[in-house]
Amino acid sequence: MTARHAPGANNAARIRALRKAFGAHLVFDGLDLDVARGERVAILGASGCGKSTLLRCIAGLERSDGGTIATAGEIGLIFQEPRLFPWLDVARNVGFPARTDAERARVPNVLALVGLAHAARRLPKELSGGMAQRAALARALVRDPALLLLDEPFAALDALRRIELRAAVREILEFTRASAVLVTHDVDDALALADRVIVLAGTPAEIAFTGLVGETATRAAVLDALGVAEVRPRLPARSARHGASCTS
Amino acid sequence: MARFAVPLARFAVPLALLAAWWAATASGWVKSYQFASPRDVAREVLDLAQSGLLWRDLGASVERVAIGFAIALVLALVLGSLAGGSRLAERAIDPTLQGIRAVPSLAWVPLILLWLGIGETAKIALVAIGAFFPVYVALVSGIRGVDRKLVEVGTIFGLSRLALIVRVLVPATLPQLLVGARIGLTQAWLFLVAAELLAATSGLGFLLTDGQQTSRTDEILVAILLFAACGKLSESLMRALEKRLVGWADTVPA
Repeated sequence: MTARHAPGANNAARIRALRKAFGAHLVFDGLDLDVARGERVAILGASGCGKSTLLRCIAGLERSDGGTIATAGEIGLIFQEPRLFPWLDVARNVGFPARTDAERARVPNVLALVGLAHAARRLPKELSGGMAQRAALARALVRDPALLLLDEPFAALDALRRIELRAAVREILEFTRASAVLVTHDVDDALALADRVIVLAGTPAEIAFTGLVGETATRAAVLDALGVAEVRPRLPARSARHGASCTS
Repeated sequence: MARFAVPLARFAVPLALLAAWWAATASGWVKSYQFASPRDVAREVLDLAQSGLLWRDLGASVERVAIGFAIALVLALVLGSLAGGSRLAERAIDPTLQGIRAVPSLAWVPLILLWLGIGETAKIALVAIGAFFPVYVALVSGIRGVDRKLVEVGTIFGLSRLALIVRVLVPATLPQLLVGARIGLTQAWLFLVAAELLAATSGLGFLLTDGQQTSRTDEILVAILLFAACGKLSESLMRALEKRLVGWADTVPA
């Protein structure tokens, strides 16, 4: 059982000695992680390494088997899929978590923030994938969360929508100054959105790499930590007649 | 032309059947004691309407269906919510109900007549038995089939158990429940015929047996047509209700 208490004045989340097992499979055994206030952390790692499980533990959707998780203030969570309530229009979906009149009054603002002011009355079935994910983002923001958890939020989108939404999320994170934990398998997403990149690896998963974007967390370093060698294509010969090939 | 052809197409087959019916009886190819002519049937409808018997029989049948269906709906909502909401309750009640459900409808008739006599109670009980199961089964599978991912969203936003039921589970279950109710209402009419054929002094089923005993095919045909109209009308009402309440569903389950 995880104890919940304040994460400390400067932290949005503090995880200490987290232990989590699914049956005999030990996902975490003593994981420590701090997320500072206003900090945006990207978590990378191979499929099934426990990235999403970590997020679900922080959100309280999974019970951990030991250790402490402390979070400050409201948590907003965005999943891979929008998970909108199909019976509510966009505005009502976004207003779903609101408890006070002040929070309800924020609905038009967050809708404008994600660029959906024009679609407030539409039903989820009338939205494109990108619009639905924007609505989910607005819903996560309506209670002004101190910590935003994003679980592969762009995974279900096509490449163009992905670039669009990534830019939107980046602007929103700048604007709200919320702390964020982004789970992704995309190095570019991580480098574009995060201040700090963490790579999880091993069973049980441990932090194999941590670095600040713009300092040690370069694309090459992160890929290296993930154990991925970027394959450079062997370019075809410029002119077959000369038999010259260029390799790099 | 095509603009009118599509809306008119739905009337083509009924009109052709009516014409064939009229031709077969008017030419004397089919005798009136075998199959009444459209004219006889129309006159019988007017006669029954004028004497008030039409409204008495129609009213009696509609009332039995309405009361029986209402009882079935309440019972199915209570038992279905229990079985759908709790594994323990499902273990306790579902096998028994599935066993009862396996009994063919007409097998209940002798027992119910012995228990409840040939009065209204027996007929309403039979209608309720018929209407109960489709609603119950749909509700249990509806509750079981609620998207766990949507429930998680409710959990993250800190919904209480009651709020989770009211704001997530009930709306998520509604499409299935309404489909079950529509099928249940159709079953209610089916069981009503069984009940009224066996023992009744009023109702559309009584009209059927009365017509049979007095060899009046016009009366039988009137009853059949009224059954068709009632069935179609209640089906349309339920579909309108579905469209209004669960029009949000991406696909309306069949």
